[in-house]
Amino acid sequence: MLSIAERINGMFKDVREAIKNKDPKAIRELAIKQTEAGASFLDVNVGTATADPAGAMKWLIEVIQDTVKTPIAIDSQKFDVLKAGLSVIKNEVLINSSKGDPEELDKYMTIAKEYNASLMCLTMDKCGIPQDVERRMEIAMTIVEKAVEHEFDLSKIYIDPVLFPINVDQKQPALMFDIFNQIKMISDPPPHRNVGLSNFSQGTKEKKLLARIFLTMGISYGLDAAVMDVLDKDLMDAAITAEIIMNQHVYSDSYLTACRK
Amino acid sequence: MEIPNVADKWSSGVNEITLGATKDKGGTRTKTITIGGSKCVPFMDFEGNPGHKPIIAMDVCDVPPDDWPETLSKPFADVLNDPAQWAKKCVEQYGADMICLKLDGIHPDKGNKSAEQAVKTVKSVLAAVGVPLIIWGCEQDEKDNEVMPKVSQAAKGENCLMGIVSQNSYKTLTATCLADGHSLITMAPVDINIGKQINILVSEMDFPLNRIVMFQSTGALGYGLEYTYSIQERERLAALTGDKMMAMPVICDVGREAWRAKEAKSGDSEAPQWGSREERGPMWETITAVSLLQSGVDIIRMQHPKAVAAVKKCIDRLY
Repeated sequence: MLSIAERINGMFKDVREAIKNKDPKAIRELAIKQTEAGASFLDVNVGTATADPAGAMKWLIEVIQDTVKTPIAIDSQKFDVLKAGLSVIKNEVLINSSKGDPEELDKYMTIAKEYNASLMCLTMDKCGIPQDVERRMEIAMTIVEKAVEHEFDLSKIYIDPVLFPINVDQKQPALMFDIFNQIKMISDPPPHRNVGLSNFSQGTKEKKLLARIFLTMGISYGLDAAVMDVLDKDLMDAAITAEIIMNQHVYSDSYLTACRK
Repeated sequence: MEIPNVADKWSSGVNEITLGATKDKGGTRTKTITIGGSKCVPFMDFEGNPGHKPIIAMDVCDVPPDDWPETLSKPFADVLNDPAQWAKKCVEQYGADMICLKLDGIHPDKGNKSAEQAVKTVKSVLAAVGVPLIIWGCEQDEKDNEVMPKVSQAAKGENCLMGIVSQNSYKTLTATCLADGHSLITMAPVDINIGKQINILVSEMDFPLNRIVMFQSTGALGYGLEYTYSIQERERLAALTGDKMMAMPVICDVGREAWRAKEAKSGDSEAPQWGSREERGPMWETITAVSLLQSGVDIIRMQHPKAVAAVKKCIDRLY
């Protein structure tokens, strides 16, 4: 499971304050805590409050890189903020994210290749977010075709079919499972299958339970990456256990210990 | 038509371990041996770096074995009572890459030798040969836990490969090997889940993963070889796909297991239709070794010189 840790995000008060005061303490703590919890990537999102998002992105990445070696996911919809972030990246990096329009993909795949970055691509385009499986798969096909055209390593592509919150459209989560299955077959090697897990359960009363159950069900259909709360130990252990059940790791009595390392 | 490239890509590989220590590293070995490092399925070097060649460790016992058939004991008839000379013969005459000193004689039922006697034997073998040593206890936990720490201390700095530890008994030898700078063999009874578990348990004692060699009880040809094969194959695939608790090199005990088979040891008069035992025995050992090599093995424990020669030739041709 590739876990993209979501906590370094300007939408959270502690991160917003840290950015505002250029105080690295909270950022360092989150970087360490999320790394120790098993994060594959640390997502970095400056949020909306800062007047200088490009500067804030650079500062956050520099603070994190001074603290841990965990790869970073640069999370921004603004291309100049992304570029500012990439300019200071030292280790492996994931760009989060591009939309699925051909011209957007050209732009993002070009810069991703330049920095040897992985790339998250959403199955949405200028027509909006599709509500059905077919249209999402059409965009997924466009993403894969573009990757082939750009000679982009498909194992560094993450496709996110854009999961709606359960309290917005309850029909959507079940559609995802079919999509994960189909994306798994789309190429060899296939792109990764990602969802934004906290987004799915936001505003609900059983936030953690919903996230945990969706994640385990998703893993059984081929979900292998998620932007998620890695500090939720039950969630992380549920993911490991689902992978054990799907025979993705060799079982042992201490499999949790082994997989947490 | 273009033929598609069906080579698999592997994300990880088998750990590399160097065994033995020369003078500059605090030991007295004249050579060291590095094993592991494979990044592909055995003999499929078009998929990745095959790593280091599998090596052969010849068995030497601290007491003359009482269950060896004549075919097997004959080449060693002049040295069976002297482990040091026996080891020397294996290295100088039969080309053993390593010596596996088997301390059968400490077993309560097979002589019950003391720790002091075992230490003396180990020292004599270390003095007689320059190759790295495997030191293998008698597999009776209580006696091993009494003797092996003393043996370990006596060989401190030599970076021997010590064994074996199991899920039921691992703390004493693991702690001793950690202190004395040796590598360690973890054992599981033809069970991949327990194989992984013992590696986790040992690593929780802060024993470095890159000083562990895995051992699944070996089954000889006709006696469970296929069980050992499929477990070792799965272990290797897990290593290649990034399972750190399964990424250790593998050791097999081919010699002892092959020569326990009636097909290997029966005399000519007992089974005339099976052909001469002078050929049959070494062949049984050879086939067991060569078959298991395909599953992913880094050290093969062997016994008969003829089988050793045949397997060495096979490895050289395949690598």
